[in-house]
Amino acid sequence: MEPDDRIKAQLMAERDLGRTLDRMAQQILELTDPDADNAADAFALVGMQTRGVHLARRLAARIREGDDVDLPVGVLDVTMYRDDVRLRLNQPQIRETHIPVDLTGRHVVLVDDVVYTGRTARAALDALMDLGRPASIRFLVIVDRGHRELPISTDIVGRRVPTLPGEEVRVRVREVDDREGVWLVETPRPRGDDADSA
Amino acid sequence: MAPDAPDTPSSLPHRHLLDLSAYSAGDIRLILDTAREFRSVLDRPIKKVPTLQGTTVANMFFEPSTRTKLSFGLAAGRLSAETISFSKSGSSVKKGETLRDTAENILAMKCDMVVIRHSSPGAPHYLSRVTDAVLVNAGDGAHAHPTQALLDVLTMSEHIDTFKGLHVSIIGDITHSRVARSNIQALTTLGAEVTVCGPRTMIPPGIEHLGVHVTHRLEDALDRSDIVMALRIQLERQDEGLFPSLREYHDRFGIMGDHMDEHPDLLVMHPGPVNRGVELAHDVVDHERAIILSQVTNGVAVRMAVLYLLAPGRSAGLDA
Repeated sequence: MEPDDRIKAQLMAERDLGRTLDRMAQQILELTDPDADNAADAFALVGMQTRGVHLARRLAARIREGDDVDLPVGVLDVTMYRDDVRLRLNQPQIRETHIPVDLTGRHVVLVDDVVYTGRTARAALDALMDLGRPASIRFLVIVDRGHRELPISTDIVGRRVPTLPGEEVRVRVREVDDREGVWLVETPRPRGDDADSA
Repeated sequence: MAPDAPDTPSSLPHRHLLDLSAYSAGDIRLILDTAREFRSVLDRPIKKVPTLQGTTVANMFFEPSTRTKLSFGLAAGRLSAETISFSKSGSSVKKGETLRDTAENILAMKCDMVVIRHSSPGAPHYLSRVTDAVLVNAGDGAHAHPTQALLDVLTMSEHIDTFKGLHVSIIGDITHSRVARSNIQALTTLGAEVTVCGPRTMIPPGIEHLGVHVTHRLEDALDRSDIVMALRIQLERQDEGLFPSLREYHDRFGIMGDHMDEHPDLLVMHPGPVNRGVELAHDVVDHERAIILSQVTNGVAVRMAVLYLLAPGRSAGLDA
């Protein structure tokens, strides 16, 4: 959690998050043609920094174990494409972008932890378009908390959670956090649609 | 390069880049990390990102420059910033306008950032005090050329694991070199050892106080170095009697093919433009361990990082 978060509810325990990822891995496989034997060449997962990257890697691991399909996983940082870079006092740190395959002609599943205003997803779409011309882009999030400011929709959703202004949804993963699960918190700071707080 | 320490800040605690004296190792690492991401943008088919849309950068070059000016112009363009360019020839400076008035006029055109090259040391510092714009020093007299040093350490970092214990020698006219001074600052801040080497007429007395070793023998410098940086001999200074002839300079301080054979791991850098057959023998310029052209590519990436990290927020004036 962030230092001044007040926890209002736990939305998913570690076990629930695991089951949600199991189900989402199945949904990704359903997108791929079950008869096609080249899913690894036609699809790619792209995780958004920071937690989306770890979620994408876990989804890929489940798909590999369950169905022996090795989907490539890319890492995307959208900072260069954000619409609020110059509204902030300090420039956000640019993190790694690494897409191991050519996205042109591939079906891309974009993975993030939370969708809120849709501005981060908008930036991600622009970034992906500059990296190639995907055959399609689908959007996967663990939590859709509503309040969209742009016409961005989701394709695979773990849970839809109606939220109030002043509330935030925190997805925490073992790879970078000291705990694992999803929490609804109240925070005094007004924050935008951010990779860490959405 | 592996990160040396985890204490890299997430933003730069500086408003300007005048020289590197106030920049910590963490600040430099943040610039290098950011530059590496921009470097990968430059390797993509679409080399432009919308990051600094709406920012205006004034490139003010009061002194001749080809690559630094092109590099800053390209960096701003790749970030989608708008640029206006200004050079001394054919401008009102020739008509007697003062530096401050020229700057005020350019700022009246609503520029957010000013990149300045000037023959007077301290010109960028002066402008930073009398204008509101963010100043980036693109070389001021013999004082500083911070983005050159940053692109040099970025280039080095692609070939080494850590700056701790790295030994770099800088060869040539140290007295008149802003490149040398900024590189000494960057390298010593990052923990590298630096030796300066050149004729006695070209080494300023007391330079040891910057924390560098001094030698007048090229062989001594090469023996202890992982990387050698040759500085351009300014041909226009030949009249000052700093060295007897270009040929003698080349014989005593020029880096030759034999040196490359004797030091099989040595890397050679040069800030450009190279005087072939003076600082570097022909075959050294084209040697596989001469990493001069990757310095040029890294120059654009480093300048993108500096412009990005220092770009003022649109609401900064309201929040401050």
